[in-house]
Amino acid sequence: MTTATDHTNLSRRAFLLAAGAAAGSLTLGFGTKPAAANGAANYAPFTTSTPEITSWIVIQPDDTTIIRVARSEMGQGALTALPMLVAEELECDWNKVKAEFAPPSENYSRKVAWRAKAQKGAPASHELVTHWGAMSTGGSRGTRDSQLYLRESGAMARTMLIEAAAKDWNVPTAECTAAASVITHTPSGRKTTYGKVAVAAAGITPPTRVTLKDPKTWRICGKSVRQINAPLKVNGSLAYGIDVRLPDMLYATIAQCPVFGGNIKSIDDAKIKTMPGVRQVARLTDSTVVVIADSFWQAKKALEALPITWDEGPNAKVTSASIAEFQIAGFAATNAGVTNQAGDALGAIDNAARKIEAEYHTPFLDHANMEPMNCTAKVADGKVEVWVSSQNGEAAHAAAAEAAGVKLEQVYVHKMHLGGGLGRRGSYNDPIHYAVLAAKRTNGRPVKLVYTREEDMSHGFYRPASRVIMRSGFDDKGTPTGVHIRIAGQSINAWHFPDRIKDNLDPAQANGFHKEDFGYAFPNLRVEVAMRNTHVPVGVWRSVNSSQNSFYKESFVDEMAHAAGKDPFEFRRGLLANAPKHKRVLEIAAERAGWGKPLPAGVFRGIAVENAYGSYQAVVAEVSVTDRGALKVLRIVNAIDCGHAVNTNIIEQQMQGSVVMAMSALLYGENRVDRGRVVDTNFDTYQLLRIDEVPVIENHIVPSFDFWGGIGEAGVPPIAPAICNAIFAATGKRIRSLPLKHHNLAKA
Amino acid sequence: MPFKLTINDKQHDVDVDPETPLLWVLRDTIGLTGTKYGCGIAQCGACTVHVNGDAQRSCQIAVKDVGEAKITTIEGLSPDSSHPIQKAWLAIDVPQCGYCQSGMIMAAAALLKEKTKPTSKDIDERITNLCRCGTYTRVRAAILEAAKQA
Ligand code: FES
Ligand code: FES
Repeated sequence: MTTATDHTNLSRRAFLLAAGAAAGSLTLGFGTKPAAANGAANYAPFTTSTPEITSWIVIQPDDTTIIRVARSEMGQGALTALPMLVAEELECDWNKVKAEFAPPSENYSRKVAWRAKAQKGAPASHELVTHWGAMSTGGSRGTRDSQLYLRESGAMARTMLIEAAAKDWNVPTAECTAAASVITHTPSGRKTTYGKVAVAAAGITPPTRVTLKDPKTWRICGKSVRQINAPLKVNGSLAYGIDVRLPDMLYATIAQCPVFGGNIKSIDDAKIKTMPGVRQVARLTDSTVVVIADSFWQAKKALEALPITWDEGPNAKVTSASIAEFQIAGFAATNAGVTNQAGDALGAIDNAARKIEAEYHTPFLDHANMEPMNCTAKVADGKVEVWVSSQNGEAAHAAAAEAAGVKLEQVYVHKMHLGGGLGRRGSYNDPIHYAVLAAKRTNGRPVKLVYTREEDMSHGFYRPASRVIMRSGFDDKGTPTGVHIRIAGQSINAWHFPDRIKDNLDPAQANGFHKEDFGYAFPNLRVEVAMRNTHVPVGVWRSVNSSQNSFYKESFVDEMAHAAGKDPFEFRRGLLANAPKHKRVLEIAAERAGWGKPLPAGVFRGIAVENAYGSYQAVVAEVSVTDRGALKVLRIVNAIDCGHAVNTNIIEQQMQGSVVMAMSALLYGENRVDRGRVVDTNFDTYQLLRIDEVPVIENHIVPSFDFWGGIGEAGVPPIAPAICNAIFAATGKRIRSLPLKHHNLAKA
Repeated sequence: MPFKLTINDKQHDVDVDPETPLLWVLRDTIGLTGTKYGCGIAQCGACTVHVNGDAQRSCQIAVKDVGEAKITTIEGLSPDSSHPIQKAWLAIDVPQCGYCQSGMIMAAAALLKEKTKPTSKDIDERITNLCRCGTYTRVRAAILEAAKQA
């Protein structure tokens, strides 16, 4: 149980950061000023203001409290929730808090804290030495990985501020308290503010012991707090990567060989060189060409007119159907990796009184962030600057250095707000790479590279296509005796992090089916994964493999319940005896949704439960389906236990967003492959949910206060199976493949 | 080719290809980057502006067709975020990443101008913008809230 924590030893990070700040002198070598757009700068570069009280906190004379954020902001609320953790322990006035990004380049140049493993995209020789710790923003880790050192830093700074005031007053620190940026000497009633003692506090040796508050006594955290920069999002003034404007800036747009793995055979640039505004037609790599022009529109028009002959390479005949065939063959592959095994599942099913078997599959899916991929780069005087909306500031830093062929010291990364991330802007630094290559050719003029939506969606890192066969045996009373699961799909780690694959098993492919997250107790169980990798690039897509696997698992468990003649809620509940956290959210969702109580005519329920990204969620969906097959998802009831709820407003936003993203994938999402390329490249055929299709969404946030779970991705996985299970209840039709648009739900 | 455009009550002289979509003239030529590019094919609405008060997708309007029309972008909706839609948006904390929100707000403001008390059904029919973050629940609540205040 987490209660007030007396830290004999601070976490190493908090301690080193404080020590580093006390010794630190800051230098910011360079930084191009943004161009004025209608008189106003359109982004605020990092200023390394002083005085720092620990590296995370700067307090100005008027009590303005700047709290630095190492992670990226893509709507998930890191820029609000992470400062809340600091502010809670700092005891500052939340209304005086401003958040700012800690710059990746300085994370490297301060070199005081710890050694992180080289980031993907960094040359092997570059071991990153970072100051504010991991900047990578994904895996729903922002809060759970950094909460301890952020809270500790807040507590340390508070201690230093109080000590500075006590020294000034010549009283014992124990007689002083702090609240809302005001320090009070209790016996005398004397008061001062953080702003007044900040300079003195910055010179004080950081404490080696702090006591953290019991989360149940939180005053800022645990509440519903508005996102810190919402005002900039309602008047158009927040600058995303795509909005950067610099003096002398040129614009570029890109074409990559539409068939993954293919190359350029020839281009006829004479045809477009004289078009208005065109500055350069540049082959950046064997497979990539950009047009650089005075405006994006000119670059786009010219690129469309450019005759390109592609050498499409060996994959030019691949189709969705051929990929399906290849993955189906994975069901019989003899080299599958095994995870989560208990007893003898195959024997138990063979000898079972009854058995069921079902095959499921899901297609490739693009991230389709609303802000298309882009990056602005400037290469001049031996220095490289990039402006980019990235989920990973450090990987961006490394990627820019590598593309430019310079040392990390020569690179400055401006972290911009992200118009969505969803995993696409994490480790895949293609726009940074290409923007820097382009900017190397423009004699110091900055280049803004923007992908068209079509190019963006043709060259994604898609949620992998996958399939599964699930089998289960029952005894004559309907009790499951064995479950066998064989996944055949593409591995993300094989594409990006092959060293995470051991014994032919990429564990991520079995997310949701592992011992730690599966929940259900079956006496005999066998979960296998056959890697079936295609030429289509794959990547992490909000909630990664859990998003398909939950659809598979929770739909099949529903099939099992029906085969056993049991209520789907009671059936799950019975199997979750050893998984109290799964069980708790399942019961809460069922209770709040009125499971078992009568529904209006024509309305049907489905249920699902999942443990993903460290959190537990259960969902009850209510749907109606007309005789002609028109589906309406009416209501979603979520119960979520993320351990500690730092900001309930953001959690609710994330849950609402998760329902929408999951429903887009469920109803419409697919990127078909034909002739080796992605066919669905814009929102006309890659449809997303619109407002008229959104159900009523009820969220029950039920933290159990004994762990820290993620929230950004936790909410997606159980939505699709809960809805499909409700569709089964309504129609008797079991949905075993997505998207739903290919299914006819009409009465036969 | 030179054009005189009236944007947010100010006249702008621009010299661009007549076929250039208004979206790119706003963003790249004039520097009003609040209006966003999302799809370029009239699907997403991130580029929504007001043309003589009507919500329109600026990626679909060639600059040569703008003529004398009065263009309003998110930057010109109100001088201080005091439009009822902006106020409701803040009260309900609608934005997540925020990228689609300029277009969403412009669409909502046009709806509110046309129907002072829009119903949920009006919202279903008239708010066709895409939001990948899934802010729709709060978009609806904020429009209804703004209508109440107005
Ligand atoms: S950019 Fe105009 S509708 Fe999408
Ligand atoms: S708020 Fe991110 S796309 Fe709508």
